[in-house]
Amino acid sequence: MRPFQKLLAWSAGSLAVIAAVVVASAHVAPALAASPGVAKGGPVTLVDVVFWFLAALAVGGAAGVALSRNILYTSLALLFSLLGVAGLYVYLSADFIAVAQVLIYIGGVLVLILFAVMLTNRIGDVNISNASLGWAGGALLMAVVTPLVLLVAIEVPWRVREAPLSATTAALGHALLQRWLLPFELASLILLATLIGAIVIARKELKAD
Amino acid sequence: MEHPLNELGPVVVHQVSYLWLIPLFPAVGAFVNSLFGIRLQRALGKRAVHLIAIGMMALSFAVAVRAFLELYALAPGERFLSQTLWRMLTAGPLSFDLGFALDPLSMMMVLIITFIGTLIHVFSTGYMADEPSYWRFFAYLNLFVFAMLLLVMGDNFALMFFGWEGVGLASYLLISFWYTDVEKAKAGMKAFVVNRFGDFGFILGLFLLFWTLGGVWEPRADVRSLAYHPEIGTSAVAGAANPFFAVGPKASEGEHPVKIGPTLNFRELRDQVVIESTGVAEHLKHQRVWGFALMAVVGILLFVGAMGKSAQIPLYVWLPDAMAGPTPVSALIHAATMVTAGVYMVARLSYLYALSPTAMGWVAAIGGLTAFFAATIGFFQYDIKKVLAYSTVSQLGFMFVGVGVGAFWAGTYHLLTHAFFKACLFLGSGSVILGCHHEQDMRQMGGLKKHMPITAWTYLIACWAIAGFPWASGFYSKDEILWKAFAARDLAFLGHSTPWLGPAIFLLGILTATGTSFYMFRSYYMTFTGRYRGGAGHAEEHDEDPHSAHAAPHHATAAHPQDNVDPNGGHGAAHGKKDDHGHGAHAADAGHGHGHHGGTPHESPLSITAVLVVLAAGSVLASLLGVPAAWTHHEPLLERWLAPSLPAEVRFAEFPHSTEILFQGLGVGAAVVGWFFARLLFKDGRSRVPADLKKRFFGFWTVVYNKYYVDEAYHAVVVRPSLFLARFLFWFDQHVIDWLVNFAAWLGRLVANIDGAIDTYVVDGAVNAVAGITGEAGRALRRIETGRITTYLYGLTLGSLLVVLFNFLFR
Amino acid sequence: MANVTLSHFLVVGGLLFALGLFTVLTRRNAVAVLMGVELLLNAANVNLVAFNHYVVGGIAGQTFTLFVIVLAAAEAAVGLAIVLSIFHTFKTIDVRAADLMRE
Repeated sequence: MRPFQKLLAWSAGSLAVIAAVVVASAHVAPALAASPGVAKGGPVTLVDVVFWFLAALAVGGAAGVALSRNILYTSLALLFSLLGVAGLYVYLSADFIAVAQVLIYIGGVLVLILFAVMLTNRIGDVNISNASLGWAGGALLMAVVTPLVLLVAIEVPWRVREAPLSATTAALGHALLQRWLLPFELASLILLATLIGAIVIARKELKAD
Repeated sequence: MEHPLNELGPVVVHQVSYLWLIPLFPAVGAFVNSLFGIRLQRALGKRAVHLIAIGMMALSFAVAVRAFLELYALAPGERFLSQTLWRMLTAGPLSFDLGFALDPLSMMMVLIITFIGTLIHVFSTGYMADEPSYWRFFAYLNLFVFAMLLLVMGDNFALMFFGWEGVGLASYLLISFWYTDVEKAKAGMKAFVVNRFGDFGFILGLFLLFWTLGGVWEPRADVRSLAYHPEIGTSAVAGAANPFFAVGPKASEGEHPVKIGPTLNFRELRDQVVIESTGVAEHLKHQRVWGFALMAVVGILLFVGAMGKSAQIPLYVWLPDAMAGPTPVSALIHAATMVTAGVYMVARLSYLYALSPTAMGWVAAIGGLTAFFAATIGFFQYDIKKVLAYSTVSQLGFMFVGVGVGAFWAGTYHLLTHAFFKACLFLGSGSVILGCHHEQDMRQMGGLKKHMPITAWTYLIACWAIAGFPWASGFYSKDEILWKAFAARDLAFLGHSTPWLGPAIFLLGILTATGTSFYMFRSYYMTFTGRYRGGAGHAEEHDEDPHSAHAAPHHATAAHPQDNVDPNGGHGAAHGKKDDHGHGAHAADAGHGHGHHGGTPHESPLSITAVLVVLAAGSVLASLLGVPAAWTHHEPLLERWLAPSLPAEVRFAEFPHSTEILFQGLGVGAAVVGWFFARLLFKDGRSRVPADLKKRFFGFWTVVYNKYYVDEAYHAVVVRPSLFLARFLFWFDQHVIDWLVNFAAWLGRLVANIDGAIDTYVVDGAVNAVAGITGEAGRALRRIETGRITTYLYGLTLGSLLVVLFNFLFR
Repeated sequence: MANVTLSHFLVVGGLLFALGLFTVLTRRNAVAVLMGVELLLNAANVNLVAFNHYVVGGIAGQTFTLFVIVLAAAEAAVGLAIVLSIFHTFKTIDVRAADLMRE
């Protein structure tokens, strides 16, 4: 396909998804309104808009990861998705986590992925088809999973508490060195093992080639 | 002589303890010789075998003599010795014991059997000396004597029948003694089979008699049975376990009350029937079965057994063939003892026969016909033993004439005399056969008087006896029979009185006497006079050697044994074959005990000649027992002796003594006529008349020579259908029954195959299917193992989803 | 447009999870599969943090999230090392290529 048509397809696809979501929520809204789990909120504020933007970023990025043909586009979409998630962490009073997300995930993992993409460059064309089940199976699965998850997410009356936003770095630090010291140390051990392991696994066999 | 019947009481019985020894000794001898004979013979020689056999016979004779002495010492009305060993069988009304009884009749039989039996055993030691199966012969002989003693000493029908069958068996064994020869074996089989026919009739008669006696005591309206009320004096046996019997009137001195009812015991039967006051005899006389008088049927059926055993028409055909056996066998069994069992049986049951004139007429008629018929066949036979065989059949006919017309003691007397002279004749023929090196054809004999003087004289004396010349016993017995036949008035046929039957039988008897005399003297002249015609081709091998010790053998009487018999075995003077008479001294043959090779006949050894002399003496001396009343005005000795055993009353016409003497003269005259013609035609073999007559009447001659083709008739009518039936049944068995069996087998195989198929395809199929399914399932499921991550991830996801769902839905 | 509540975050997390699942199951590129795994982990993280903020309070949720990030990084490293190794072996990173364990 030519780039223009691809862009068109993408826009259409995204619009379709958004429309689906809107329609779904329109259907769900009265139930939402009636369900006890949803607090009757006030007028729409900037907070909400930004939230929606970040959410769209995260989900859209994920959609790009799922659906795009080009592996580089996939990586890029992952980047956006991770960014969106990081932004959402801020909303959830997890500032340190947000930063850690950006640093580690985007700065480390995504770079690593890019490295891998580059190193395995011969895949020029990326298509979705899966030999055994194809994307139909995946879609089916998703059609099953998604409503389920959404149902759970929306219908269950979570006992929500008043949630003040606060800085968490100090608390996190304390937790890591007091309560969660052992997992902390073990995590470092795991990282060491990973380091060594990755090197061992990835190196070329020098003996018999 | 006459016993008023109402004076007769039950038999007085004396118990003794040694009667069982009489049959025991021969049984032991048979047992020992059959089990150990062959070893004894090998180890100790033939002597051991015959010493045992003869020893046992002698012991038996000794015990018999003792019994005789004891019996003789008793009063005439009490002569009955009894010994019961144990009860053999009880089944309802039927019961019999292993018991022996000796009354005058059976005592006489026992003495004949043991005495003549012992003599013949002695004879056999000489005659059978070359036989390798010596031990078997003597074992069989002893077995025969044992069975015969059982027959005559048994005190009941069952034991008598054991003996009856036993002698049949022994006869079979001995006739086919040389069984490797098919003809001899066939002769044995013929004897046995024909005897069986007779035994069948005997059994039927016995059953009928037993059934008759078991008449119902109370009249029963619903059952047409032989019901009658017993006469006065009877009463049921008190508390008896046996409701079948009543008890008759007690005789004054009898120890046993008379038992009335079905019984197999001779004494009980006699008591019931003979004693008038029991009413049994009257009752039996009036019974009818199938339109015939019952006692007639019983009598005739029992006589059928006698026909078989004693070789009367039509069951005589086995006796001539039985000559295939060794000569001692012919003498003992087929002349002196076994064939007389029928006569014994009729005499024993005299009181039963006296109840039925029809039965008696039947017996006498058959006897007379047989006598005449057999005599005619004997005219033209060439085999000396066959002549004697037909003579036996004929003389048995005479005996049955005697018992048939009611002269029971006369028939029995003839039995006694016949035993002596017939045994003498047979043994004499045996001696001749031996001397002529096993030649039996009279045409090959001749002139043996010079070579075998003792044999010749004893044979002549026996011929004299059988022909019925005075002062030899045959005269007395035969004339008594014929006289009584003429005087018989009680005979009947099918219930109609036939007073002419007696004289008719008399006439037949006279003619038969002529014939008897003729053929017997024919055999004598052909064998002993003239020139020796036989032994062609053998004479050159040996020197003739007249024994210088032998004088010309003409003795006035043969009562004394030859006193110049050579201890080496008695060689007959052997002469030149053709025409040398009287030579100088010749070298004596050494070591010839018996004739085996050599061309000239010779006298037999002492064991043979001594016996011949004794028997010839007996033939003469037995006449003392039966001197007729017409001569002495006393009852003959034997008649007086036998009277207690023969209580039957038969009506005879009365004639003065002079008539009787006249008839005796007639008898002698008939015999003289026969002798005259025999002498004319056959003395010295010089006459050409026999040959001319034969040529002229050749057709008639052929018919008679071939025994009127009776054997051929039997073969066509009886034997061939039986064989056909046997073959048919064999075919049936092979094709129908075996087909069924094979079919069943085929079915079985079919089912088995089906089962196999089921097993292979269904059962194994199921098992294999399970395995197959498992394999296929595995193969199918292996496709999950794609090796691809994606598939596994799908699985993982689905699985976890399902878990969550289940948790969610089913809480 | 209501105020942002727990449910919104959960929805986001749910969608991320679904899309990550789709990626994992349907992509042919092994690296894309790993990216999908990252999405899954991120979805879990979002859930954790949201619950920590709205329901549980305290810092445990965030600590957990931190560790998840750490482990995701480690896993991504090792996973990519494996991908490289596969690339060396099979000369391709198509997930269908490494099927030597196929029956």
